[in-house]
Amino acid sequence: MSTDTLQELTRKGYSAGFVTDVEADTLPPGLDEDVIRQLSRKKGEPSFLLEWRLKSYRHWLTMKEPRWQAVRYAPIDYQAIRYYSAPKQKPKKGSLDEVDPEILRTYEKLGIPLHEQKLLQNVAVDAVFDSVSVATTFRDKLYKAGVIFCSFSEAVREHPELVERYLGSVVPYSDNFFAALNSAVFSDGSFCYVPKGVRCPMELSTYFRINAADTGQFERTLLVADEGATVSYLEGCTAPMRDTNQLHAAVVELVALDGANIKYSTVQNWYPGDAEGRGGIFNFVTKRGIAHRDAKISWTQVETGSAITWKYPSVILKGDNAVGEFYSVALTNHRQQADTGTKMVHIGKNTRSTIVSKGISAGHGQNTYRGLVKVLKSAQDARNYTQCDSLLLGDKCGAHTLPYIEVKNASSQVEHEASTSKIGEDQLFYCRQRGISQEDAVSMIVNGFCRQVFKELPMEFAVEAQKLLGVSLEGSVG
Amino acid sequence: MALLSVRNLHARVGDKDILKGIDLEVGPGEVHAIMGPNGSGKSTLAGVLAGREAYTVTQGEVSFDGQDLLSLPAEKRALAGVFLGFQYPVEIPGVGNLHFLRTALNAQRRSRGLEELDAMDFLQLAREKAKLVQLDTAFMNRSVNEGFSGGEKKRNEIFQMAVLQPRLALLDETDSGLDIDALRIVAGGVNALRSKERGMVVITHYQRLLDYIVPDRVHVMAAGRIVRSGGRELALELEEKGYGWLGLEQAKAPKEARS
Ligand SMILES: Nc1ncnc2c1ncn2[C@@H]1O[C@H](COP(=O)(O)OP(=O)(O)O)[C@@H](O)[C@H]1O
Ligand SMILES: [Mg+2]
Repeated sequence: MSTDTLQELTRKGYSAGFVTDVEADTLPPGLDEDVIRQLSRKKGEPSFLLEWRLKSYRHWLTMKEPRWQAVRYAPIDYQAIRYYSAPKQKPKKGSLDEVDPEILRTYEKLGIPLHEQKLLQNVAVDAVFDSVSVATTFRDKLYKAGVIFCSFSEAVREHPELVERYLGSVVPYSDNFFAALNSAVFSDGSFCYVPKGVRCPMELSTYFRINAADTGQFERTLLVADEGATVSYLEGCTAPMRDTNQLHAAVVELVALDGANIKYSTVQNWYPGDAEGRGGIFNFVTKRGIAHRDAKISWTQVETGSAITWKYPSVILKGDNAVGEFYSVALTNHRQQADTGTKMVHIGKNTRSTIVSKGISAGHGQNTYRGLVKVLKSAQDARNYTQCDSLLLGDKCGAHTLPYIEVKNASSQVEHEASTSKIGEDQLFYCRQRGISQEDAVSMIVNGFCRQVFKELPMEFAVEAQKLLGVSLEGSVG
Repeated sequence: MALLSVRNLHARVGDKDILKGIDLEVGPGEVHAIMGPNGSGKSTLAGVLAGREAYTVTQGEVSFDGQDLLSLPAEKRALAGVFLGFQYPVEIPGVGNLHFLRTALNAQRRSRGLEELDAMDFLQLAREKAKLVQLDTAFMNRSVNEGFSGGEKKRNEIFQMAVLQPRLALLDETDSGLDIDALRIVAGGVNALRSKERGMVVITHYQRLLDYIVPDRVHVMAAGRIVRSGGRELALELEEKGYGWLGLEQAKAPKEARS
């Protein structure tokens, strides 16, 4: 990513907070079976999918919104949300000429050029605007390698057998309240399939942009790496500044078949709300992967945005020798709240998992790590290492660590380390005494604290993540 | 004109008075030693001059190169050329030692209207300066002071000073915790940085350091005041007679060095 891009992204305050003026095709607010039928019809979906949506919806009606997480928010009125908003444009043909120029300009401003001449080096981007995929770059190159990378809707049309086979196979529609809602109303998202033995020739990336007001965002990402395949995937997220909260309830499913390797990175910078806690995105997301024999799934996340973040990217270590990793930086400033962590479920023999979580709290931010390590009886010689570090900036913020460990096989080893520290006056003074400004010192110390996680990110995005932390922390100390 | 001029300086922490009227003049090219028993206020003086916010100045003035030093925040003092070698250098996990120092140097260069050094030029400079205190490059890529031995931390301070080239160096017990070899290395580094333009204030509990860094003036601090000043013979006299000779309550022979 270019230096200009970074500067654009890291300008003072929340630089992604503008609104784009595009004509949209929307459904009126409210949810019932009719709305779901209309939505499905608008998208020209096959009947298996409509049936699945309806089943999900009916199940959702029987569920209660969870309240166990350590976050607080006013009740959400699900009938006030608009469940479909698509920018008006002709059906996607792969040519960018047909994408609304306003939308292209939006991505340009965000540093994600979609024009052929300016494409990001070796990164294929699927741009999702208000839950609808508007453009996917580098399709030909990927197609030649046999990789399918397209919008979810397109996958439903072109590869219904793959969708039918894997949809809900990792996160069943009945999994939880928000996953059920998503399964009923999801509008679009990204789909990726990497065939047997193929190493995806480039980074894949989905860039999510929320634009419309009062619209819920329900994307679905489904990523399948067939036997021995390798893929690295990155998602980025931004939204305009609005003073009402917007619900974002996405589902991500990863399938790593025998010997496959999936690396999934997220740099999440949804609008966090203002300093008083007005507005911002509610980011209630279900992310889970299943790792078969000898497969590896690695989640890396850098979460600086959203009013509330509530998610636990997880790995089910189903096959023998499967590996799961979770590297996370979660930052909460102002009135942001985050309850995030992971679940590692060891089923196969000799499965291994690593969890490194770095929580940073500033202002009145509240940061909770919640993690589950579960070793089933079948998981002979399973191993887990967990490290949770919290850094506090100031004395009005909070950090909480809630590790849950369930071990049913005595041959396993589970290790947990945790620390909480305050950013030291001594550290700051040491930096300032050398001529480094207070702000640069804070950002340097915080970046140092996160280094273990940043080094897991693809190079360009590591730089972006560092700058993002700097911006998110502006004015948080002294 | 004096480079540093401290007049009637009083400072406190909370409601405890620590400095009770310090007067000190350091000219360019001069090396002053400040000695005194533990708790006499030496580190406090260095901290107040460097702008540590835990201290409140209640009276007095400090001018540095004609500027009112006390009106500047810590980083501005650093940019003006004040360097503090810490008694207890601070660890910053995950921040590379060289990255830290380059950020500092470039902040200082920017403030003087100089171009920033890129990574390659900086590395070359750092290599050259590291030789002064016999640090190898492997060490330079570790996190700032993390897992360094006591001696490495002190050598790192002098290495930073060599790179930053300050106008005034305040070296707070740069000798404590060093064995004799390390002491020689550190003192050698300091001596190499003596120059006509640079002033130095060397704080030490022990006369031993002053065998290697020969001061122009020696001051003895006790209970927040400078109670004696003299030439380097004062340090020798102190070594012989101990601080008790000055009629101080915290009398202890300064002879023996920790290692
Ligand atoms: N931050 C602080 N809080 C409370 N007391 C302090 C602080 N810093 C120094 N003091 C006290 O001030 C006195 C002088 O300390 P210091 O300047 O460290 O002396 P020295 O460096 O000469 O050993 C001591 O009594 C010490 O306990
Ligand atoms: Mg001291």
